Amino acid sequence: MRYAMAVDTKKCVGCSDCVVACQTENNVPIGYCRDWVVEVMDGTYPQLEIELRSERCNHCNNAPCVRCCPTGASHIVDGGIVLVKPNKCIGCGACIASCPYDARYPHPKGYVDKCTFCIHRVKQGMKPACVAVCPTKCMYFGDLDDPNSDISVILKKRKSKTLIPEAGTQPQLYFLI
Amino acid sequence: MNEELIISGRENLMVDPQLHIWHWPIPLYLFLGGLAAGVLFFAALYYLLGKEDQYRTAVRRVPFIAPIALVLGLAALFYDLNHKAFFWQLYTTIRLESPMSWGAWTLLVITTASFIWCALHIREFFPNWDWKYNWLKELESFFNKYKKQLAWVILIFAIITGVYTGILLSAFNARPLWNTSVLGPLFLASGLSAGAASIVLASKNREERLLFTKIDLIILGTELFLIVHMFMGFLASTQVQQEAAELFLGGEYTMVFWIFVVVLGIIIPAVLDLMELRGKHIPALIPGVLVLMGSFAFRFVFVFAGQVSRWLY
Repeated sequence: MRYAMAVDTKKCVGCSDCVVACQTENNVPIGYCRDWVVEVMDGTYPQLEIELRSERCNHCNNAPCVRCCPTGASHIVDGGIVLVKPNKCIGCGACIASCPYDARYPHPKGYVDKCTFCIHRVKQGMKPACVAVCPTKCMYFGDLDDPNSDISVILKKRKSKTLIPEAGTQPQLYFLI
Repeated sequence: MNEELIISGRENLMVDPQLHIWHWPIPLYLFLGGLAAGVLFFAALYYLLGKEDQYRTAVRRVPFIAPIALVLGLAALFYDLNHKAFFWQLYTTIRLESPMSWGAWTLLVITTASFIWCALHIREFFPNWDWKYNWLKELESFFNKYKKQLAWVILIFAIITGVYTGILLSAFNARPLWNTSVLGPLFLASGLSAGAASIVLASKNREERLLFTKIDLIILGTELFLIVHMFMGFLASTQVQQEAAELFLGGEYTMVFWIFVVVLGIIIPAVLDLMELRGKHIPALIPGVLVLMGSFAFRFVFVFAGQVSRWLY
């Protein structure tokens, strides 16, 4: 089993509904976020190209945050999801410094927090909150090992990229281009 | 034009707009840890070489800096933790992949060993010291019997302490400025030069001062070589590392790095050391303080600049 997510950069309108859905679903403290939307503008007017990306933890196969964690609080569970055990985390910040995507933040309670791919929903057969709420249905989630899952089907059909694969992290958040 | 905007108002504290998860306690600890490693290394080395009486200050007196520096450093580290009540989780596991994990264990060993070493030499400062309790006296004679083994432990763990602070940073490939293997030896050299400078500052014996001035000169030269080597590596590497080097080559950390770390912290004390060795009398205070200040500035500049450097995508 290998969970992954894909975001269609051609369909995303940058409404940030995914961000709000995540904050609500996961009780993210006010002023913080586990996912965010990036707008990249390329070219010179009037030849402009805009790419919109809903970004979050890439749940890397080769996760530097898990490698750097001195206590084992950052760990990978079945399905490749990277999680933090709050009562094992000492809040040293090593994982935050080690993430090339800056996907982690220090929770005001002291431990480090991040996207969990909404594992509590996924376990019940639901989609992560951000995917479920997306008004343009531009996000796909599922098991890469299952050839019939949403994610496998869309990745076969469309061209995609990952963010800075040259950082050696083997990210599992795909962007359809 | 290529412009990147985060449109959902992302502003995670200490992460946005620029990573700043590590504040002053981390570089302060890196300096104190390096200094402690330096003084303990020379104490153990000259004890094992059988020169305890010849270089009394280095072997018996200056090591008293180490436990003080280590305890202050550990306090700084503890202060920096965001989830303080769970700090003991560090000592429930050894994760060899994580330099911070084996660094924490190394600190436990070196701090304990430094306290024992100082306890064995407490009569340097308090000639009439009495341990009062019998079990403490027995403990003292036990460690006196195995002092050679203790010195070996200190020697090896001092090197590990000196190197690991650099490896800790170089393990973060997300921060291109830190992500160079030169950092391990460079931090070790910086710690050793701080140790040698402390001995020169504290010693009243001319022969001892000259020896450690010579050692200091060699280490400062090595440091300069490693810094040049580091920049050569950066400039010949990928775009992100070239940009990381730019922070020191025209970027916002250029002045503080070249003035405080390289010129005042390495080149001027090296020239003064050389003049001293050529027979000109230089007050030991000047090169000693400059080396310590340079070593201190080096950690600050590196920890802060490293958090600015990042991958662009």
